[in-house]
Amino acid sequence: MGLMQGKTILVTGVLTDHSIAFSVAKLIQDEGGTAILTSFGRAMGATQRANSRLPKLAEIIELDVTDNDNLTALPDALKKITKKLDGVVHAIGFAPQSALGGNFLNTEWPDVATALHVSAYSFKSLSMACLDLMPEGGSIVGLDFDATVSWPQYDWMGVAKSALESTSRYLARHLGPKNIRVNLIAAGPVNTVAAKHIPGFEKFEDAWAARAPLGWKVADPIPSAKAVVALLSDWFPSTTGEIIHVDGGYHSMGA
Amino acid sequence: MTDEQIVSELAVILNEVAGVDQSKVSADKSFLDDLEVDSLSMVEVVMAAEDKFGVKIPDEEVKNLRTVGDAVAFIKKSA
Repeated sequence: MGLMQGKTILVTGVLTDHSIAFSVAKLIQDEGGTAILTSFGRAMGATQRANSRLPKLAEIIELDVTDNDNLTALPDALKKITKKLDGVVHAIGFAPQSALGGNFLNTEWPDVATALHVSAYSFKSLSMACLDLMPEGGSIVGLDFDATVSWPQYDWMGVAKSALESTSRYLARHLGPKNIRVNLIAAGPVNTVAAKHIPGFEKFEDAWAARAPLGWKVADPIPSAKAVVALLSDWFPSTTGEIIHVDGGYHSMGA
Repeated sequence: MTDEQIVSELAVILNEVAGVDQSKVSADKSFLDDLEVDSLSMVEVVMAAEDKFGVKIPDEEVKNLRTVGDAVAFIKKSA
């Protein structure tokens, strides 16, 4: 029996077949579960093409996590497809160009606000929008990049990830009584569309190659995706508010 | 496939994905500067081209594909 047998998971953030979320959706299907995808606007075409590369074609729901009408409509859209959800994957992040790439000292608040809204606050909004479909509990997993230190170029996206980490801990606090676990995967750098928008991404690549004791492949989303699926499964029943590093061990090395 | 055939197939994809006027597509045109295909559209163009031509275009290769001609050369090399 597969790890995800009988489970239905809402997976956001599938843009291409290189997306970490794509590998998550594929592993869910491989392990006997059902994935429901979300996408919106101009990204929808790409998501549809990526979907056709999954073992089984998934349903796709239109969802912009910053749009209140979309969030309000989500439970009904889900109920047309499934009776319940067993988990949610938040693989959403965005920062305007001015908020990245070394412009930290000059980024204006509206751009910072966008980064925080899309990348951190949406973890709460998405979780709340899915609550009705998880009456007996579930597992919510988000994608993080270690925010305990500063990184070159990452700038306000790093601040947004700090906010995501804290949001995750508060969600864990408030949703625990509903038997909902909330955790993050702090992945090493993976060469996705999201990563390509970070100027100087290669620097991360070199740092990881030199320091991660297990080594690290930027082109391989599978280790991160496996950890997400493990957290979605029944095998972390008492883990919540946690950040699991899937980074080849980079975070634990001083040099 | 000849270069011309690849260009015309790419023109169909660019029209479908990003609404680019097919008659404007030629080897010397830059995706971003001339045809206004931004990175989000490019993501979809790449997947559509992979399906159409049966090739794999790795992410690290995409940034080298500045013009339609670059894409034609890559597709011919990989097919």
